[in-house]
Amino acid sequence: MEQHAQRYAGSIDQAPGVGENEHSDSMAMYTAGLGFALLLTCASFMVSQTDLLWPPGVPAGLAVLAIAQMGVHLVFFLQIGTGPDNTNNVVALAFGLLVVTLVVSGSLWIMAHLNANMMPASAIMEMQR
Amino acid sequence: MSAQAAMAGLAGAEAATTGGLNSAGPAPVRIVVAYGFWLFLLSDIIMFSALFASYAVLSGQTAGGPSGRELFELRHVGIETLCLLLSSYTCGLGVVAIERRRLVFFYVSFALTFALGATFLGLEVSEFVGLVARGAGPSRSAFLSAFFSLVGLHGAHVTAGLLWLTFMVAQTAARGPRDFVRRRLLCFSLFWHALDIIWVALLTLVYLMGAR
Repeated sequence: MEQHAQRYAGSIDQAPGVGENEHSDSMAMYTAGLGFALLLTCASFMVSQTDLLWPPGVPAGLAVLAIAQMGVHLVFFLQIGTGPDNTNNVVALAFGLLVVTLVVSGSLWIMAHLNANMMPASAIMEMQR
Repeated sequence: MSAQAAMAGLAGAEAATTGGLNSAGPAPVRIVVAYGFWLFLLSDIIMFSALFASYAVLSGQTAGGPSGRELFELRHVGIETLCLLLSSYTCGLGVVAIERRRLVFFYVSFALTFALGATFLGLEVSEFVGLVARGAGPSRSAFLSAFFSLVGLHGAHVTAGLLWLTFMVAQTAARGPRDFVRRRLLCFSLFWHALDIIWVALLTLVYLMGAR
């Protein structure tokens, strides 16, 4: 096992959370990640509670901050990077994101149209009379 | 076998650069296990996305009941967020500690992780109890049903995580920092970090946007 790991070292893949220099880098990664995450969280709360941002733009601003923070969590905590050793993890993540986007945007799109095309409840009552 | 399956899966992505399977043989168990667990986490996130979609659709359907603006207390939610972020950090430190075989540091980190996770859960339960007491339980409106199922599912994951954490600490104490114990601790930390990612989405969509 030990030999195998050594033979393997420096060849291809990497797994989430398994950094290359686990013994030196990880601590700094986690600390940096915590700092960024706290900053972004404070920014989110500030944007939502004050009029710092142009009010109609607040939901978009919050969405941007949330996506940035999820990126920080992925890179610094789960340690999913963009290096060549990380291809599998990123491909899996991309597929997950595709499904999530389809589910969320598809549901919103369909339900918005259904809502718009639905006959008002009073009209349905009229028809049943 | 599973190692070969994982290799076959990555062969497609790697084929362009290495021309197929790598000559070094199957990946180490630790890599394969963490990759498989990453796939599980992604499927868990997809399950959450369905509940996020239903919440987004139903968030305006209050049926004459209270809306998010009247119900959510952001100070409370801020403390919950802080607990989760710090617990993710201490969990990461615990995994670094066990890799360096520093057991005392590991136990302290995981005890802190447990305490912070339990605080989060306690705050969430008190929020739920308060809502139900005000007549804003899950049966009040479609908005509240969606709210309770989305936030409740995240809370259920945190509960499962706390049980898993307790079990892993006991296993580390009983079996020592062996390979398989450290693999499981790695999977636990990935699970805990993923819960944080889901909480970020939840905080933004449900609380910060809902309280405006």
